[in-house]
Amino acid sequence: MLKTTPFHERTAALCASHAWRRWAGHVVASCYELSHEREYHSIRSAAALLDISPLYKYRVSGKDAARLLDRVATRHISTMKIGQVAYTGWCDARGKLLDDGTIARLEERRFRMTSADPNLRWLQDNAHGLEVEVEDVSESVGALALQGPASRAILDALGVPGLEYFRLCETRVRDTAVSVSRTGYTGDLGFEIWVDAQNALALWDAIVDAGRPYGITPAGMLALDVARIEAGLMLLDVDYVSARKALVESQTSSPYELDLGWTVHLDKQQFVGRTALAAEAGRGPQWQFVGIELDWDALERLHAEAGLAPRVPSAAWRTSVPLYARGGQVGYATSGVWSPLLKKYIALAHLRSRWAAPGTALEMEVTVEHRRRRAAARVVKKPFFDPERKRA
Amino acid sequence: MQRYDAIVVGGGHNGLVCAAYLARAGKRVLVLERRAEVGGAATSEEVFPGFRFSVFSYVVSLLRPEIIRDLELPRHGLHILPLESTLTPLPKGSVKGGDYLAQWSDHDRNRRELARHSLRDAEAYDEFGLLMHRMSRAVKPLLGMVPPDPASLRPRDLAGLERLGRYLRSLGKDEFHALHKLLTMSSADYLDEWFETEALKATKSASGIIGTLLGPRSPGTAYVLLHHYMGELDGVFRAWGFAKGGNGSVSQAIARAARAAGAEIRTGAGVSRILVRGGRARGVALEDGEEIRARMVVSGVDPRRTFLGLVGEEHLPAEFAAAIGRFKFRGSSAKVNLALGEAPSFSCLPGTGDHLRGAISISPSVEYLERAYDDAKYGEISRRPYMDIIIPSMIDPAMAPPGKHVMSIFVQYAPYHLNGGWTDARREALGDAVIDTLAEYAPNLKSAILHRQVITPADIERIVGLSEGNIFQGELTLQQMFFLRPAPAWARYTTPLAGLYQCGAGTHPGGGVMGASGRNAALAILGRLG
Repeated sequence: MLKTTPFHERTAALCASHAWRRWAGHVVASCYELSHEREYHSIRSAAALLDISPLYKYRVSGKDAARLLDRVATRHISTMKIGQVAYTGWCDARGKLLDDGTIARLEERRFRMTSADPNLRWLQDNAHGLEVEVEDVSESVGALALQGPASRAILDALGVPGLEYFRLCETRVRDTAVSVSRTGYTGDLGFEIWVDAQNALALWDAIVDAGRPYGITPAGMLALDVARIEAGLMLLDVDYVSARKALVESQTSSPYELDLGWTVHLDKQQFVGRTALAAEAGRGPQWQFVGIELDWDALERLHAEAGLAPRVPSAAWRTSVPLYARGGQVGYATSGVWSPLLKKYIALAHLRSRWAAPGTALEMEVTVEHRRRRAAARVVKKPFFDPERKRA
Repeated sequence: MQRYDAIVVGGGHNGLVCAAYLARAGKRVLVLERRAEVGGAATSEEVFPGFRFSVFSYVVSLLRPEIIRDLELPRHGLHILPLESTLTPLPKGSVKGGDYLAQWSDHDRNRRELARHSLRDAEAYDEFGLLMHRMSRAVKPLLGMVPPDPASLRPRDLAGLERLGRYLRSLGKDEFHALHKLLTMSSADYLDEWFETEALKATKSASGIIGTLLGPRSPGTAYVLLHHYMGELDGVFRAWGFAKGGNGSVSQAIARAARAAGAEIRTGAGVSRILVRGGRARGVALEDGEEIRARMVVSGVDPRRTFLGLVGEEHLPAEFAAAIGRFKFRGSSAKVNLALGEAPSFSCLPGTGDHLRGAISISPSVEYLERAYDDAKYGEISRRPYMDIIIPSMIDPAMAPPGKHVMSIFVQYAPYHLNGGWTDARREALGDAVIDTLAEYAPNLKSAILHRQVITPADIERIVGLSEGNIFQGELTLQQMFFLRPAPAWARYTTPLAGLYQCGAGTHPGGGVMGASGRNAALAILGRLG
């Protein structure tokens, strides 16, 4: 009933935990081992292999392909070089974010767009009068993320040419045609590999085989969730609500409110939402999306009052948690986790702009022994973890 | 002679709801029901040994949750089980011959199924659902509001209008536009703006034609679509349910709640006349001649029977009587109930499975529905009717002996005003048309039938007393809704006669086993409604 990914035959055999979760109508592993801990550490210390096939993927091709994407995305697309990948959001006419993803220029007139939600109808509806074909290739293309410090060495061993950050090439891995992009959702050195679904298993086997000497570890969504929070990367339906699904106006967010101002190119002549975004750029966003770090001493104290040692969440939580300043609520955190690497309790949060500057003292609600308490926290710069190897 | 505060005429679900609320407020209430059992059109009967049928109405969703809470209906035996899917089998020989379209409550499963037919529709479905959700939220407060009369200058009406106006202004631009469209368009046109899959449009538009003598392309049907979208269970919009034990258990639970609150219920007590003296209702006369007095009479029977039958034109202002005379009924639906020796097996999805635990809709295309309507428009039974089917025994196995099944088939169109009138032969012809059509999709159906019960609009009128067999006590069309239901200036559950009130589905907000009319009427009588 639920879809399985093209790698399911391999992932199912590895999934000792039997912990599966849904992602875009597919079943994917939450963790393969009984705990996600080692899978997380492999992302940061060796190499992790993640099945990211449930991403929605669209092939946009034709004379006006770049024009369509320029019309939709907030970023410049026409000026992208072949082999370049851009992370971008796209908005409705009110300048509220619908979704975010990557756009890769595979050829002059051929792009691949990825997204968290379905966007076929949105792309088609915006293609009026354009010579462009939009094809939903979500199911015909499988995707793997190879993430971690050893990922480059593994791809080297497979003969994949070197790639700069946010660049892509089309190549072969042991006779399988793939495209490889230097992208990822972990904030680490990493690659994403795209393959025709029918060749998916051959690709998996090749990468696992080449990765074995480097300690390659299949990793599930729980490990990814920890890494992406450390990387300060937001997630649709968790950290923000698509304007398409918002029940009330206050649930929507603009790119500026989500710290995506850098992806909004107002010098571009026209794109959906530009007028509203230009106005907002002038007056500044009401909300900002920031990193929060909890004060360890405060946590320790609150727990000590209950006779406990501090407890921290080893798996990421995805609920709305109130943030306070001077006694009043000034925002809310939407994702949080104990960073095993940084040894810090971190969270991603929406704050009213006047409280959003790094260093601002806040309080976050924490529940200690069934009682709601407030722990001292402060605004910090994202990403929480930003290794040089990510871009080098 | 006993003296009551209120006599409720008719023990249908609305009458019982009204009685329960009045009794809970300390009123001495008597409910008079002509038939041997309460429930009106919401009854369950063992028509064939071992098989229980929800003889007439067959699903619940619109039953107001506040009624379930206020009257503690679960304590009195009500258990609503979810209906989670809709299956639309497609006929052989069509473009997608032998295929089907299913709608599931699970989002991923539903998307996957719709994407088989159209990726665009799979995406539009969520946005459409969200808009309908917002529209249901927008319209919901209107359901609990005593409708103000825009032509009246009474402070109460003006205040109500002001509240309504303020409310409409509070809607977003998108909602207001959608509301305007829903109030003016046909359901087929409205759905054309959203979807491209024929079976999806047809199945959705079908809910816009239920209980009316209109087709999916008739203007105004879009609103009825929304009306059916407001089904609400546990605060979840668009959730349909089946009452364990059949719809009779809804009436039984309400009756028990009413009795527990002190109401008296007499069955086999048909009212022949509402006693009027000096412009005031004084009580009722029963068919056997007994007269019972009360300070007020609340009628749960439909407006035509109440005013032109039980009261009599001579006691009413001519204009009012004329308006009631014009109130449209035009029953257009029939019911076929089957006792089955085995579960039906549909060619598109053979065998049993969870697709049989929801609704099954024979609505392959909008054109199919419109053609079914064409027959009825000219006074004929649809040769190939629209059907909304459930198999209650799949949801509540106690409805039939182990391994056997009951099937409830709602059929449209079967016009009350049939050319040449309804006869036994025409009834059977209708049953044949239904079975023949359905057997094209479920080949084992004919051999599985142990017993068949066919109920025409004429039967509904004769047995339940609903004029022209209209299941909503009057067509649920825009010219008969809100402040116009049942007649201009008399939409507040009051009537031109002092001491006479209405509480049936013939009043705002209308039918659908909602109970809202009964509750609103009681609150209006108790002076608790704004």
